[in-house]
Amino acid sequence: MPEQHEFGFHTRAIHAGARPEPVTGARAIPIFQTTSYVFEDADAAAAYFNLQEYGNTYSRIMNPTVAAFEERIANLEGGVGSVAFASGLAAQTAALFTMLQPGDHMLASSALYGGTLTQLKHLMRKLSVGLTFVDPDDVDGWKRALTPATKVLFGETIGNPAGNVLDIEALAELAHAHGAPLMVDNTFATPYLCRPIEWGADIVVHSATKFIGGHGTSIGGVVVDSGEFDWSNGRYQVVADPSPAYHGLSFHETFGIYGYLMKLRAETLRDLGAALSPFNAFLFMQGLETLPLRMARHVENARRVAEFLAGHPAVSSVRFAEQATSPHRELARKYLPNGAGAVFCFDLVGGRAAGKTFIEALTLFSHLANVGDAKSLVIHPASTTHRQLDDAELAAAGIGPGTIRLSVGIEDAVDLIWDLRQALGALR
Amino acid sequence: MTTQDDAAEVATIQRVLSYARNIAIVGLSSNPLRASFFVGFYLLRHGYRVFPVNPRESEVLGQRCYGSLADVPEPIDVVDVFRQGDAVPGIAREASAVGARALWLQYGVVSPEGVAVARDAALDVVEDRCIKIEHARYFGRMHWLGFNTGVVGARRAKALP
Ligand SMILES: Cc1ncc(COP(=O)(O)O)c(C=O)c1O
Repeated sequence: MPEQHEFGFHTRAIHAGARPEPVTGARAIPIFQTTSYVFEDADAAAAYFNLQEYGNTYSRIMNPTVAAFEERIANLEGGVGSVAFASGLAAQTAALFTMLQPGDHMLASSALYGGTLTQLKHLMRKLSVGLTFVDPDDVDGWKRALTPATKVLFGETIGNPAGNVLDIEALAELAHAHGAPLMVDNTFATPYLCRPIEWGADIVVHSATKFIGGHGTSIGGVVVDSGEFDWSNGRYQVVADPSPAYHGLSFHETFGIYGYLMKLRAETLRDLGAALSPFNAFLFMQGLETLPLRMARHVENARRVAEFLAGHPAVSSVRFAEQATSPHRELARKYLPNGAGAVFCFDLVGGRAAGKTFIEALTLFSHLANVGDAKSLVIHPASTTHRQLDDAELAAAGIGPGTIRLSVGIEDAVDLIWDLRQALGALR
Repeated sequence: MTTQDDAAEVATIQRVLSYARNIAIVGLSSNPLRASFFVGFYLLRHGYRVFPVNPRESEVLGQRCYGSLADVPEPIDVVDVFRQGDAVPGIAREASAVGARALWLQYGVVSPEGVAVARDAALDVVEDRCIKIEHARYFGRMHWLGFNTGVVGARRAKALP
């Protein structure tokens, strides 16, 4: 037997979860485009449904192509496993739904993706779970907001769109002292730039829609578990106690470090039904093969674009965490040593009108509501996603009238700078 | 799987699972919701012979139950333990006395003394691991449920029964 060896990130991004298919030898991961699976015999069927044997039953709950994607992400994040979902928001819903019950309380960063803020407000109200938003930069503020019912703390590694960097280690310590897990949305960093589990996070979620795919073709999400959190600490009956939704099975006792994931799959995914399609999983695996190469290039281009913008007279500020003036520079150095991502905002001197003119003058940046594509993307929140808000309301959301959000792609940096320069020129 | 210790452990796990035919499960419960029952069920399904050792049961999973390892009338290859740590040194001595080749301690079964007894008797020892999960990781279908097996390679997976 060859000596054991620790494989590097690039190798695992290509290989993890995808050994050659044992029956046919197919080297690429096959797309198992099937709803269901023929059982060997009645005993096998019973064993699969009882979770006594790892088996395929129905693609709402598991699928071999989706599983290959799940294993690869879990491997890259350093978790014990993961469960994929039809979108990033579905993944977050499921992760929370699995651990919370009515009467619980959660803390969330106030600087999250807008869709997540809205989701949490509505979802938690409907589940009768208390929700407090806190300034992500103020660790003492998180501490003050804890209540005896607080069951989870949630933030984004790099906030969308404000670009704040989460102090993962400090918040994990705070959460654990309270007997609660820390859940982190690692969408903007990807496991190439930051692995929150290495800093103490317990659950990591992603919108795979963004950099994981990188091609802008597919919506998807995933929940990764570190396997480290003790769900039997007396505060998570919903995970630890015999489950009425699974004939009395105690997921944490029976499956140990895999208990939360088994419950997430066998109950939550089964019941909420937001399964990832095998075809999308296949496309995400193609994306992951080049994740480290793409991220290195995204970061390099983002740095060059940020530097160009910071030196331009039509630009009043650049909010990139690596910038010398950024309040998040130290946290970025600690948690994101290989780069603070490729999505950031900057502000135009000319306000709302300048924003509109600028966006319309760009020819290479795509004007759309997404991030994390290989293509460079741009949006002017004040005239699009946040256009119902007046200037005061925009300011409260950290968005100025002239704020522009860029997702810097992997084209030639000189071409991106050329496009930005000519569009800024249109403002004179 | 990064250190020399880990490399040795992986080799031990794969070797034990390959030579194992007859597995005694000490502390096997007849409660179908207990982890030990899941493990016994799985091993039987995968072609191993399972010998429950539990003085409080007469039959588990259709297999006759024995009061102690010494009562099992057939040679035992692996002794798999679902008991408190303090019971392990005695079990290790018995395992060696009946000629077992390996002592396997399930998740949370911790006994430095028991491990030392088994090692002194030249038994293979696996600690704080689940035999079902390790079988599924290297030779089974753990990868079908999105778990991180840690196994990376370009050869077709080898299957044990
Ligand atoms: C940081 C972050 N998290 C979650 C999501 C939601 O993901 P999805 O659109 O895949 O549901 C987004 C989408 O923009 C995002 O930017």
